[in-house]
Amino acid sequence: MPVVVLKDVKKSFGSLQVLRGVSFSVDKGDVVALIGASGSGKSTALRCIDRLETIDSGTIDVCGYSVSDPNLDLRRLRLDVGIVFQSYNLFPHLTVEENITLAPRSVKRMQKAEASEIAREVLAQVGLSDKADNYPEQLSGGQQQRAAIARSLAMQPKVMLFDEVTSALDPKLTGEVLKVIETLAASGMTMIMVTHEMAFARRVADQVVYMHQGRVHEAGAASILTHPTTAELSEFISNDL
Amino acid sequence: MNNAINATHLTFLLTGAFWTLVLSLMAFVGGGVVGLVIALGRTSPVRFLRILSGGYVQIVQGTPLLVILFVVYFGLPTVGYSLSPMLAAGLSLTIYVSAYLGEIWRGCLEAVPKAQWEAAECLALSKTQRMVKVILPQAVRIATPPTVGFSVQIIKNTSLASVVGFVELARAGQLINNSIFQPFSIYMIVALLYFCMCFPISVFSRRLERTGASRLKAAETAVSA
Ligand SMILES: Nc1ncnc2c1ncn2[C@@H]1O[C@H](COP(=O)(O)OP(=O)(O)OP(=O)(O)O)[C@@H](O)[C@H]1O
Ligand SMILES: [Mg+2]
Repeated sequence: MPVVVLKDVKKSFGSLQVLRGVSFSVDKGDVVALIGASGSGKSTALRCIDRLETIDSGTIDVCGYSVSDPNLDLRRLRLDVGIVFQSYNLFPHLTVEENITLAPRSVKRMQKAEASEIAREVLAQVGLSDKADNYPEQLSGGQQQRAAIARSLAMQPKVMLFDEVTSALDPKLTGEVLKVIETLAASGMTMIMVTHEMAFARRVADQVVYMHQGRVHEAGAASILTHPTTAELSEFISNDL
Repeated sequence: MNNAINATHLTFLLTGAFWTLVLSLMAFVGGGVVGLVIALGRTSPVRFLRILSGGYVQIVQGTPLLVILFVVYFGLPTVGYSLSPMLAAGLSLTIYVSAYLGEIWRGCLEAVPKAQWEAAECLALSKTQRMVKVILPQAVRIATPPTVGFSVQIIKNTSLASVVGFVELARAGQLINNSIFQPFSIYMIVALLYFCMCFPISVFSRRLERTGASRLKAAETAVSA
């Protein structure tokens, strides 16, 4: 039973058609790496899944919700979907712990003690147990990104979306964030990650979706990264090396 | 004939200064409440509210405070609402201040990055929760220095209330001058009293701006280190 299903999704910004019929599906517990050249529509596809953008045609189903339904209760969709961006977007006026407990407390009406307990758990999970009382500005980029991941995890989502979460980080910090994601993958979390880290995708992904000019040009097991069948993917990979 | 400034005169001026502060406070509180509504209206997703609050700001900012005061104090009685000089001055200043604070605060709300809205939205926070728990606290931080700075303008502008006969500091100086005719020394004292009220606020506001800037800088170096 797939958790996320996209069927022939089309999306334009003005006269620019960014998604020209995108279809793929993600099974429960699967890790999907969404790759492709800049401008191929990866971020847009991810944002459509969380209804940050509305689609023009096609269907998207996420955790049983029909995302394109105009009457969909967006807050219920977002309870099941966690998303982490390249730019962390932590709340600068709140400590790391407050960042994490804000949504459980205000959305799930959790008691302070219970929410703090969850914050402790997710912070341990991302290796930031000692940073609970720090403000985001006191953290390195890698720590901020891990805090942002912890903030998403605290809502216990059924699927996690990552949009180039390491692109703003240097190699050392990238490594510590990828390690967190890899552990998360091993724990059975369903995830879709847009990434430029080919070695990481090869190691962690159950499925690779290669987007090219707004379409899924090639998709399959991680092995397509070693043995691509289309000329475009093969060129994309060789450019990366 | 005794034309010297005496203790009674000074007490009278100090009382005037007290009423200047009262009027400033009325203007700040009233203007702040209405200004917040204006700022929210200006940034509202509802077009009608944006137009309405935008029109209000344009009209008020395009009208001298003196004219607002005349309309309220002399104009309203002709349609059946007479106000005391103090209420008329308080109301006029509220209108005037709300347009300016509304614009200052609109800028501060807009200065909070869009990504913060989106991050809050992705965590399933409702629209009100996003505004109250994520956006407003950040906007308040940005807004503090310019707001404190603007309150100096409010104090100085209360002097216009003297034209409708409200005895605040400027009017108190006029009245004393009418009886003993020592304009230079009297108005120097009046100016000094205004300075004593405004200067601490200016210093405070400048300090807020500096600490705000150095906090940012500290954060930048911490991250790049
Ligand atoms: N809100 C928007 N308004 C207009 N055009 C947009 C908008 N968002 C994205 N685009 C355009 O859509 C195209 C695809 O963008 P998208 O961000 O999905 O690409 P991407 O595959 O994520 O690229 P990158 O690897 O650079 O992040 C780009 O040409 C971009 O300029
Ligand atoms: Mg992108």
